[in-house]
Amino acid sequence: MPCSAYQRLLGFAGKFAVVLILGFLILPAVVVTIAAFNDKAILSFPPQAWSWRWFAKAIAYQDFRDGFRNGLVVTAWSSSLALVIGAMFAFALHRYTFRFKKVLEAILVSPLVIPHFTVGLGFLILAAQIGWNRGFAVVIACHVVLVLPFVLRSVYVSLRNLDQSYERAAASLGASPLRVLLTITLPLLVPGLVSGWLFAAMLSFNEFTASLFVTSQRTQTLPVAMYNYVREFADPSMAALSVMYIVATAALIVFANAFLGLGKVLNIEQSR
Amino acid sequence: MNPQPFLRAFTAPAWLCAFSFLAAMVAVLQFSLRAYVPGSLDPGGFTFANFIDLLKPLYARVFFDTVVICFLTAVSTLIVGYPLAYALVRTQSAAIKSILLVIVVTPLFLGEVVRTYSWIIVLGNNGFINSILLNLGIIRQPVQFMFTTFGVVVALVHVTMPVMVIMLAAGLSHIDRDYQRAAESLGAGPIRVFLTVTLPLSMPGVVAGVTTAFAWTFSAFATPQLIGGGRVNMISNLVYQLGFASFNFPFAASLCVAGLALTIVVLSGLRLASRRLENIGPH
Repeated sequence: MPCSAYQRLLGFAGKFAVVLILGFLILPAVVVTIAAFNDKAILSFPPQAWSWRWFAKAIAYQDFRDGFRNGLVVTAWSSSLALVIGAMFAFALHRYTFRFKKVLEAILVSPLVIPHFTVGLGFLILAAQIGWNRGFAVVIACHVVLVLPFVLRSVYVSLRNLDQSYERAAASLGASPLRVLLTITLPLLVPGLVSGWLFAAMLSFNEFTASLFVTSQRTQTLPVAMYNYVREFADPSMAALSVMYIVATAALIVFANAFLGLGKVLNIEQSR
Repeated sequence: MNPQPFLRAFTAPAWLCAFSFLAAMVAVLQFSLRAYVPGSLDPGGFTFANFIDLLKPLYARVFFDTVVICFLTAVSTLIVGYPLAYALVRTQSAAIKSILLVIVVTPLFLGEVVRTYSWIIVLGNNGFINSILLNLGIIRQPVQFMFTTFGVVVALVHVTMPVMVIMLAAGLSHIDRDYQRAAESLGAGPIRVFLTVTLPLSMPGVVAGVTTAFAWTFSAFATPQLIGGGRVNMISNLVYQLGFASFNFPFAASLCVAGLALTIVVLSGLRLASRRLENIGPH
């Protein structure tokens, strides 16, 4: 197709807009990185001297260490529970009709649009009413509910993309339904399961608003500890911690993209 | 295929999960109808007083501000996110696609606190933007971004951008490109093709993106709390304040219920309006 000057200009304008938008997305990460290496405790651009000391301070800060440990406990439990519950339900949703199917699906997906402060307040009041103390169980239950929709979607999408003829072949050769599930279906679903679990874990580890309501001093997770720090102190330790966060998260996303294919997981591949 | 007998059991954990969530929501609803007993964490008898108190100008104002901030954020995110989603779906290069995906998706998993803190450093009075403008001599006094609606909306657009781009890209990727090729072969220019073919066909993605962005903004707490600094208040900030500063949990619960009702009304309104839009739009 002939390409006129007008079309080329339009293409260039589009690319320029995309670069600007990417700049907007990256800007905070770049600025926080500069701030983290600033030697002085007071913010200044450009920094006069550079140092690593805020990283050392952030790593040594007790609340961050406790928050990190609590966060790992909560994340490990909630993402694994959500994976099991979500995968089983995605199966039933895809292969089985039962009463109240739509109702159950609607309830489990609704935390996507219900404000997290409402979910957090709900679990806080519920725990108080049934006499639970604010331990890890409440935090984990709350996180399972919040991350379940993401696991559900991820597993459901890969179930839908699965070629069922493999299962039919195994069944026709005499394998029991359970054997088909364990030896054919599950192995084929591994990418969906891994990405579902990974997304759930990352969301749970970063969940802040609901966590603020349901955690106590003893169970506070890293985002809550960071929030409290930002409210009390202004030194760049928080910037240093943010940089570590950004690097670790970006690394996980690059990994997920390379091994699982994010485009497929997010269902945004161009059809033709 | 034979119905698999274990599938019925597969729904059991999901039911358990749904019931605990419903119980939590019922707890909020129940508390919203109870009286506040000052100095006590246990609520008093049943009453509608909390909902009547919501009509006071102080609280009505926060509701209004919240809806305005949610709309501004959702619409700005749509405008800024659309070109990115378009580039993400249509780029031919696998490398560019990967880079775009990583840049778009990473912020989704950074959490609200890290992103809000980063924006404080960008927007603060001796933050990045003001330092550059002062050093270049463009301004003499720092521009006030913190504690303004503008600052809050800028940070919120950044927070809702990943989910918007993902939803828009999902909508765009399911458009059959033959429609576009047909329009081109009939002589339509690129802008005309976009306005009359691509944009109308991507409306499902636009509606999904705007509704999700609206709901996520409504849910935001750290951004209005830290960047708004008490001068820009959203419902989430009021709920937290009432709960953890005054221990008035019944009133906090009634705010949550009213907020939820408001979200449902606005979101169904959006869906309805979009259906109208699709009907009058070009086919």
